[in-house]
Amino acid sequence: MVDIEINGVTIKAEEGAMVIEAADIAGITIPRFCYHKKLSIAANCRMCLVEVEKVGKPVPACATPVTGGMKVYTRSPKAIAAQRSVMEFLLINHPLDCPICDQGGECDLQEMAMGFGNDVSRYNEGKRVVRDRNIGPLIATDMTRCIHCTRCVRFGQEIAGMMELGAPGRGEHMRITTYLEDAVESELSGNVIDLCPVGALTSKPYRYTARPWELTAHHSVSPHDCVGANLRVDTRAHRVMRVVPRENEEVNETWLADRDRFSYTALYDKDRAMAPLIKRDGQWQETDWDTALTFAADGLKRIIARDGAANLGALAADWSTTEELYLLQKLMRKLGSSHIDHRVRQQDFSDQDAMPSFPWLGQSIASLGSLDAALLVGSNVRHEQPLLGQRLRQAALKGAKVSLINPMDYDFHFPVGEKLIDTPAGMLGQLAAVVSAAAEQKGATVEGLDALVTVDIEDRHRAIARSLIEAKNGTVLLGNISAYHPAAGALRQLGVQLADLSDVRIGFLAEGGNSVGAWLAGALPHRGTAGSEVDSGKDWRAMFESGLGGYLLLGLEPERDCIDPALATRALDAAEFVVALSAYDSPAMREYADAILPIALYLETSGTYVNGEGRWQSFAGCANPPGEARPAWKLLRVLGNLLDTEGFGYMGSDEVLAEVQGACRDVRPDNGRAWQAPTLGPAPTGIVRTTDFPIYAVDPMVRRAAPLQDTPLAGAAAVHACAETLADAGLSSAGRVRVSRGDSRTELPIVADERVPPGSVYIASGKRGSELLGGAFESIELTQA
Amino acid sequence: MAQPGNIELLTPDTRAEIDDWIAKYPSDQQQSAVMAALRIAQEQNEGYLTDALIGAIAAYLDMPTVAVYEVATFYSMYELNPVGRHKLSICTNISCMLRGSDEVVEHLEKRLGIKLGESTADGKFTLKEVECLGACVNAPMLQLGREYIENLTPETLDRLLDTLE
Ligand code: SF4
Ligand code: FES
Ligand code: FES
Repeated sequence: MVDIEINGVTIKAEEGAMVIEAADIAGITIPRFCYHKKLSIAANCRMCLVEVEKVGKPVPACATPVTGGMKVYTRSPKAIAAQRSVMEFLLINHPLDCPICDQGGECDLQEMAMGFGNDVSRYNEGKRVVRDRNIGPLIATDMTRCIHCTRCVRFGQEIAGMMELGAPGRGEHMRITTYLEDAVESELSGNVIDLCPVGALTSKPYRYTARPWELTAHHSVSPHDCVGANLRVDTRAHRVMRVVPRENEEVNETWLADRDRFSYTALYDKDRAMAPLIKRDGQWQETDWDTALTFAADGLKRIIARDGAANLGALAADWSTTEELYLLQKLMRKLGSSHIDHRVRQQDFSDQDAMPSFPWLGQSIASLGSLDAALLVGSNVRHEQPLLGQRLRQAALKGAKVSLINPMDYDFHFPVGEKLIDTPAGMLGQLAAVVSAAAEQKGATVEGLDALVTVDIEDRHRAIARSLIEAKNGTVLLGNISAYHPAAGALRQLGVQLADLSDVRIGFLAEGGNSVGAWLAGALPHRGTAGSEVDSGKDWRAMFESGLGGYLLLGLEPERDCIDPALATRALDAAEFVVALSAYDSPAMREYADAILPIALYLETSGTYVNGEGRWQSFAGCANPPGEARPAWKLLRVLGNLLDTEGFGYMGSDEVLAEVQGACRDVRPDNGRAWQAPTLGPAPTGIVRTTDFPIYAVDPMVRRAAPLQDTPLAGAAAVHACAETLADAGLSSAGRVRVSRGDSRTELPIVADERVPPGSVYIASGKRGSELLGGAFESIELTQA
Repeated sequence: MAQPGNIELLTPDTRAEIDDWIAKYPSDQQQSAVMAALRIAQEQNEGYLTDALIGAIAAYLDMPTVAVYEVATFYSMYELNPVGRHKLSICTNISCMLRGSDEVVEHLEKRLGIKLGESTADGKFTLKEVECLGACVNAPMLQLGREYIENLTPETLDRLLDTLE
């Protein structure tokens, strides 16, 4: 720490810090455009000029390191003159038509011009005009307004890891643009909207729909992944107009994934269920809440009276709030059924009793940025948890060795250490080989391991093991694909063992925005709230395979959200009575449901999400739900009362929260478990289908967010296969292919894709075209269409 | 997103020459060769670069395409449109201006019947205005290919043009 003086006030500053950082900490305003605390220093706008004693010229505060005894003046005549001149210079080419600019009212340039500029312009000459380019459905451009601060360019290079925007040309001819007419593709692209200090880059969906002074700000939390990014939600007349990040250094820093930012557009989708719907004598009719809730309660009672509560099951989405999940399981358990599940994308429950009270990241989100070694198993983290991917990228750029075991060669935006790409079944052998290499290096023996090592142990395996063993701050992370894997239990067992042997942390990347909350609330067949012991019920697959008479669905669209949509739709179609608490009404749902009770989405209700690191984040509703839609916790409360169960007299969701939180007070996460050699079933033969839930197909909201669906990252399902697989299966590398497994079949286009290892094909889940396909990570039949 | 560039568009000779430049830099810094690579590719293609060639260089040097494009648009020696066989790059910066570059431009424009930035219909000549080329001592000057022609007068210009095929 050194002492410096700014405007006569002595402050302490970190050695090596820039003057602007010290001033920011001390709350002294220095104008700036190009400086941003999360980006490298460019010092190209010169707006931050200040006077420093004994230095002749004014100096840029963003690029001048503090030195002991330095005396800085930000408002001296010399500093003011410099700031005014820079402002005049910046305004030479900038249009002065703020009333027609979308940034008007929240523009840094407008504000700085007011605070630090002259009041009259001396400039009468013509101004430069820059042609706009269409850079995609998320970001609108108005490049004549650009002041060339290059924040957006540096963001691409340094944070997003994809340099999509650049600054071609020189001098007057320099402009910010993508190469040719390309749409930007980064999953984090929307952040440039916040970074751009002027109206050059603005939000396309929000543009010209509101003025900042008409908006009311609320706080919320994103439900789309286990980061739980903090949001500021701007509403006008109880309608959400836009979503921007709320800074939280420990969670999302100053960033949002595009999914977090633009999914609000799905609040006003035409599919929104606006009134309660019930099916009477095969006919759907809109009705009032009393009728609908009584209808739903009566239907459930009928099943219980006839076949007992064990013939009733409940399935919940892991983006439901903790309060909703808690009430759902409470209702079911009070009715006498333990068939509750939220893990509709998992397939292997063989080790569920060995699972911790909630599987968690094993460390804080922030600490991922300072890892020195990591092994990711079954993860496309960049698309599954974009902001965790960003943290890992920061670690990798600082030299961490991040290695992978994946069923396909996903693109990563950072240098990857070792890469083991193998078929789904092969992934196990690869991980076992790394465990074996670690055991060898530690001189340990792991009983029963050898049978799992189906590949030769090579230098790559040894290198991964060594990087973990030598790491001071290492981790093994199991991603979403590991969780969906049919041998997920074995992967978990091996992962924990590897972490133990190499003395690093073991982490699970929670699949959904509130998976951790769902575990804690007890939305599970084998555990109650806070991991308490209960009479074990059926997992989702057992429910569907045994064919229950009645189902309660919370927030789910099983035809898209379940890993086996074919099985789910078959079972739901066959069920006698299905109540869907759903924000959206769809033809598929009308096929199997008997009542559709419209619920509020996350921006319309109060609730709590628990993120992947176990952080409880509560939020209030920001906007009114449309039509008759109601928060799901209120509907569950009424159902609880109508079904004559005790303990549903809550006045507010905070009372529900207090109850769950009270129960969870002493729950401490621990991902560890003792080694027990996993036994594996026979590996699938023939061509195996690899799958994942792509970034813009993960949940009903994201799937209906039109701007996201228009990006290059969306798109319909296809069969991706490498040349070798195509040749072996006698398929051409274009055209369409018939895909079948058991009774389910569909037809999809073929895409030649060398990222998929031989012997497997990749077909996305959750996308249009994949609804009726089962068999994730199982063998499938392909024939040329 | 930009299709990954096709490095096959660079001839084996071009690639060999770029490799010579890459070898001059530390092993993980092949992007330092970008300026040379653009020049070499431009020579391969009758003096100008295409989008496809820029993409090919990006792929060859493992750089973002837009970053290569930045370099190609920053320096005046790269051409992004077809040019004549002889490109006359006339300096009009301060020293040359003081020593009569205006007359040089006027003379060339009149004799070739084209304006600065244009090419003759027969594809023989291109006139280009450039900034200071560091030959102020012998201003006014122009650059032709790799050569500087200095102390220009209408007579020396005429003689020069007569010798060009
Ligand atoms: S577009 Fe905006 S962020 Fe990018 S350089 Fe221009 S002013 Fe800066
Ligand atoms: S903020 Fe310092 S030069 Fe731009
Ligand atoms: S001004 Fe023409 S060469 Fe320098």
